[in-house]
Amino acid sequence: MSDTLLEIENLETHYGKIHALRSISFSVREGQIVTLLGANGAGKSTTLKAISGLIRSTSGSIRYLGEDITRKPAHEIVQMGLIHVPEGRKIFKGMTITENLELGSFTLDDDAERKRRMDHVFDIFPVLHERKSRDSAFLSGGEQQMLAIGRSMMTNPKLLLLDEPSMGLAPFLVQQIMKIVLRLNKEGVTILLVEQNAKVALKLADHGYVLETGKIVIRGSARTLQQDESIVKAYLGEQ
Amino acid sequence: MSIQDILLQQLANGLILGSFYALVALGYTMVYGIIKLLNFAHGDLYMLGSFVGFVILSILSPYIGNSWAGILCSMVLSMIAVGLFGVLIQRIAYVPMLSAPRLSILITALAVSMVLYNGVMAFTDGQYLAFKTDLGFEGLEFGNVFITYTQMILVGASIILMIVLYLFVHKTLYGKAMRAIAIDQDACRLMGINVNKIIALTFFIGTSLAAAAGIMAGTYYGSIHFFMGFVIGLKAFTAAVIGGIGSIPGAMLGGLLLGLLESFGTQIPFIGTEWKDVFSFGILILLLVFKPTGILGKTEIERM
Ligand SMILES: Nc1ncnc2c1ncn2[C@@H]1O[C@H](COP(=O)(O)OP(=O)(O)OP(=O)(O)O)[C@@H](O)[C@H]1O
Ligand SMILES: [Mg+2]
Repeated sequence: MSDTLLEIENLETHYGKIHALRSISFSVREGQIVTLLGANGAGKSTTLKAISGLIRSTSGSIRYLGEDITRKPAHEIVQMGLIHVPEGRKIFKGMTITENLELGSFTLDDDAERKRRMDHVFDIFPVLHERKSRDSAFLSGGEQQMLAIGRSMMTNPKLLLLDEPSMGLAPFLVQQIMKIVLRLNKEGVTILLVEQNAKVALKLADHGYVLETGKIVIRGSARTLQQDESIVKAYLGEQ
Repeated sequence: MSIQDILLQQLANGLILGSFYALVALGYTMVYGIIKLLNFAHGDLYMLGSFVGFVILSILSPYIGNSWAGILCSMVLSMIAVGLFGVLIQRIAYVPMLSAPRLSILITALAVSMVLYNGVMAFTDGQYLAFKTDLGFEGLEFGNVFITYTQMILVGASIILMIVLYLFVHKTLYGKAMRAIAIDQDACRLMGINVNKIIALTFFIGTSLAAAAGIMAGTYYGSIHFFMGFVIGLKAFTAAVIGGIGSIPGAMLGGLLLGLLESFGTQIPFIGTEWKDVFSFGILILLLVFKPTGILGKTEIERM
């Protein structure tokens, strides 16, 4: 049995009067790929933002590595190896690819280690290496996603929260990104993957949760979710 | 005097004026870039910088004199003290207003400005103070034009400060974080950057550059006054807008350009010294009509 890395209990989140998360509970074990599925507005991104500390939850608890991080500021959570790659990539347009990657290692003091990590990112994403001194604003959508993932790897993550990495990408690029997600997982990174593209996500994942208007309505192993045609049709749409 | 002499003389004057403008404009533009606040108190921090420098210099001068050594020491100390004061203002007056409507924080900035210059007015009875130094009047002659060492050193010092700032912002991780915060604060938090700390650092640097300019101005003009920050605040704001507000190289360029425009403007036939502000603000209006984002400003990129 592997250890529980992340444990969410009865999490409630509000945006003003909007009740975005309603008593959500789930957990992620070390070494797993867990996917969080659901339609637009279900609350997937809100869940990730609550975990990484970008938004404050109203009640409930988030435990990571055995520590309660529910009220910890986002920049301190990063130092514990929990990294959130947000929806829409949020790369630093106007800055070069190298600068984006360097900022990913902001909390690191060791320049040699920074270089080692950057070489590792360039090894996984050769296309970033070719364009390393260019303004990141001119990257294609797929390349921007690679940069966002590469930037998060600069932090040396234990747990990676990925918010719709396949969004807006052509199918072959989606495959490429998913291969990289698998590779990172093999290298020891635990992954919480938010997706609308259920078929793709369930192929990689060990476990899945389906969110609907802020509640978890289905949970199970990826295999059972995959085989249950009615679930795929009803909650995830045809993709 | 030949045309060449006049041009050279105005170039020297323009560069001095322009470097003061540029140093003050830098703080304006850095703070705007990072939290979209037009810090109207910025000119008053320049004024405060020269008063604090004045006090420190009067304390130090019995020991190290009031030549360059004394000026340099009091400049550094005043930059640190006023820089920290800038951070304090940000913490007390601006941080609580960040989530309020944009207009509230602008009015807060105006209020801070009034508190500062009225405070200094009360302390000094509204009098001019003589900023005494023994720098002498030696210099070099270029044809018929005489440029003092003081003038050269002041321009040189401003250029050094600007180069150091440029290197800091482009070569260090903290400097890069500063630029990144201007692009996307949430993304910075997800990189482990303590955004509030970097914003405080930005205020510190911006304010201490204004303080440096304040002391240089005291040294150059020989007297200081509680209201000296008002006009330069407006001019520096103009310079920042000319260069493209939010852009650091833009503020340097805008400041130097405005200084040169003003000093050459006084030489245009029929436009005397008293018309120089009309001339330079006229240029500002023209520029805004034809290039609203300023020389180096970018159009805002819509966020996804
Ligand atoms: N900043 C906000 N202010 C107010 N309401 C918000 C905000 N962000 C999200 N919401 C609301 O909270 C709910 C959940 O949004 P969330 O972004 O988590 O959905 P999602 O599952 O990520 O959707 P998508 O697949 O479209 O990204 C939605 O009803 C949304 O309108
Ligand atoms: Mg979302």
